[in-house]
Amino acid sequence: MKSLHRILAVLYKELLQLGRDRLTFGMIIGIPLMQMLLFGFAINTDIRNLQAAYVDLSNTSASRQLVAEIQASQIVGFNTILSSSEQLQQGIRSGDINIGVYIPADFERRLQQPDRALAQVLVNGSDPTVVSVANQIAMFPFESRTGSVVSLAPRPIEVRVFYNPERRSSIFIVPGLIGVILTFTMILFTAVAIVRERERGNLELLITTPVANLELMVGKVVPYVIIGLIQTSIILVLGKWLFGLPIRGDLFDFYIAALAFIAASLTLGLMISTVTKSQFQAMQMTMFVLLPSILLSGFMFPFEGMPWAAQWIAETLPLTHFIRLSRGILLRGAELLELWDQLLILIGFAILALAIATRRFSKQLD
Amino acid sequence: MHDSTELAVSARNISRYFGDLKAVDEVNLRIEKGTVYGFLGPNGSGKSTTIRMLCGLLIPSSGTIEVMGLKVPQQVDRLRAAIGYMTQRFSLYTDLTIRENLRFIASIYGLNRTAANARIDELLVTYNLSERAAQLAGTLSGGQKQRLALAAAVMHKPKMLFLDEPTSAVDPENRRDFWENLFDLSAAGTTILVSTHLMDEAERCHRLAILSAGRIVADGIPHELTAELSGQTLGITTPRPRRLRDVLLEQGAVRSAAQVGNQLRVLVEAGSNNAINAIRDIMQAHDLSGEVAAVAPNLEDVFVVSTSQSQRQ
Repeated sequence: MKSLHRILAVLYKELLQLGRDRLTFGMIIGIPLMQMLLFGFAINTDIRNLQAAYVDLSNTSASRQLVAEIQASQIVGFNTILSSSEQLQQGIRSGDINIGVYIPADFERRLQQPDRALAQVLVNGSDPTVVSVANQIAMFPFESRTGSVVSLAPRPIEVRVFYNPERRSSIFIVPGLIGVILTFTMILFTAVAIVRERERGNLELLITTPVANLELMVGKVVPYVIIGLIQTSIILVLGKWLFGLPIRGDLFDFYIAALAFIAASLTLGLMISTVTKSQFQAMQMTMFVLLPSILLSGFMFPFEGMPWAAQWIAETLPLTHFIRLSRGILLRGAELLELWDQLLILIGFAILALAIATRRFSKQLD
Repeated sequence: MHDSTELAVSARNISRYFGDLKAVDEVNLRIEKGTVYGFLGPNGSGKSTTIRMLCGLLIPSSGTIEVMGLKVPQQVDRLRAAIGYMTQRFSLYTDLTIRENLRFIASIYGLNRTAANARIDELLVTYNLSERAAQLAGTLSGGQKQRLALAAAVMHKPKMLFLDEPTSAVDPENRRDFWENLFDLSAAGTTILVSTHLMDEAERCHRLAILSAGRIVADGIPHELTAELSGQTLGITTPRPRRLRDVLLEQGAVRSAAQVGNQLRVLVEAGSNNAINAIRDIMQAHDLSGEVAAVAPNLEDVFVVSTSQSQRQ
């Protein structure tokens, strides 16, 4: 009872200070807003109007129809017509074009021979994103006026894209972005919050009072849990409103997952605050955690493509597990129970970090 | 120990190392209940470290401590309710108002809302802060900040108060008022341990310990400490005080010579017979004129003597 009283005292004090700190308050709203717009609009892997050229040696109505349909897809924009495959290669080398479409002279005859490729797509492979776009062109269904449907290349296996059939990258990014923003703000705010008390000398006073370490930690952390949930909601609403983010799973499940992740991030922040001596150091340490989180968690690059050492590091980062939960619930409509192991890891992480932080904190003045 | 109930603080042979540095060296301390006890010493003499050990903030490398009958650091959780501690630096929240700060401290000590409000109003009046209750602590003057810190330290009516250089950022008038506040608390039965590097503050204490390089080099009642030096302090009025000072400092029996206005204040070794005549002879030999007379020793002299003794050892 007395313990609760003291926790509430710390909590109330923290809220008062937070309310007075306009810059921090602005960051709480500003960071999710800005990152949402940056990642949602600027970082876009749905490429439109790639510079392209074509060579049409067949020069028949069917080949012109093919060129027109590829053009109409808006994936590429043909800006030059060349006369040989050598010229296409040179265009790619000089950087004038990224993609070249080569239509051979026997195009019409190939239309009748399903086992032969219709045409060739030359790709600037130095940018992997361009390659994947080129593959889209290769899958392009082509219905010639003669009635037969063929693809540019023989494709014996049909691919069906689930959950994000239009393959819009913003939908894929938003669920992970929630985690990235929470990682950044939660870790930074708590790490700085405790270090600031030490820098300003408040801690020296507090440890002569009956307030226990754990009470102080909990009281300081709870306001940020609320902030974390507010940020989560901002991103969800914006994601739905601006990018049409689907919420296929149970929203309640998602908030439970978010809560576990917030707890893990906050306690990680507390842990940082017990090993750093100044607010500046706390910020550096936050970056030290943030960078691998962004790069290794699967937010930017597929987890499966990373070498095992990187995967191993990624497994220790809370963000990796949250992104699996978040994408699972929001995009695939998974239930929390199906992803229980990820949730359990997050909760375990939070408890472990809190235990370490509390232990380390008690030895601080020594 | 039959008299342990009369002692607020009893420390035996406490030492504290920071790495290889010995910050506190075999300190023994007995403070009777209800006294204002002073720690006088320069920066780095171990005052703060000793106070922190007594509060249970630092664990002594060796030695035993008992404060208000409780073993430190073993029983420090119970001790916290019985002591108040005012840090050297202002350690309340600068972005909270006076009342918010006090309310926070009150809830930390478990006062309920009505009790807290009554106590806060009482403290605001006692420490003359009522008019500024809604002002942010960061915008207060040095004296106001310090009164606020004292109000927070005595919120739970502690039986023992530790003050670590409380007046370092305060002007003389506020300092005088502050000491009146301390004696009010003392009269109400609070034991107070206060550290300072100011002689006039040290003189006000009931008892005093002089610290140097982590050791207590003298302790006692201030006027008794000064009385022990009678006959050893001389005042010399001379037209050439700098020259005279250089000459005197070459003499083995002269402990110190410091200029105070036109006068040179000279401290000689204990047992120097007829120091006045001896100095007159030296002055004559060096062709220096001036009036030599005995003056009453003060705490600064005690401080100089005891610290220079500790350095020779």
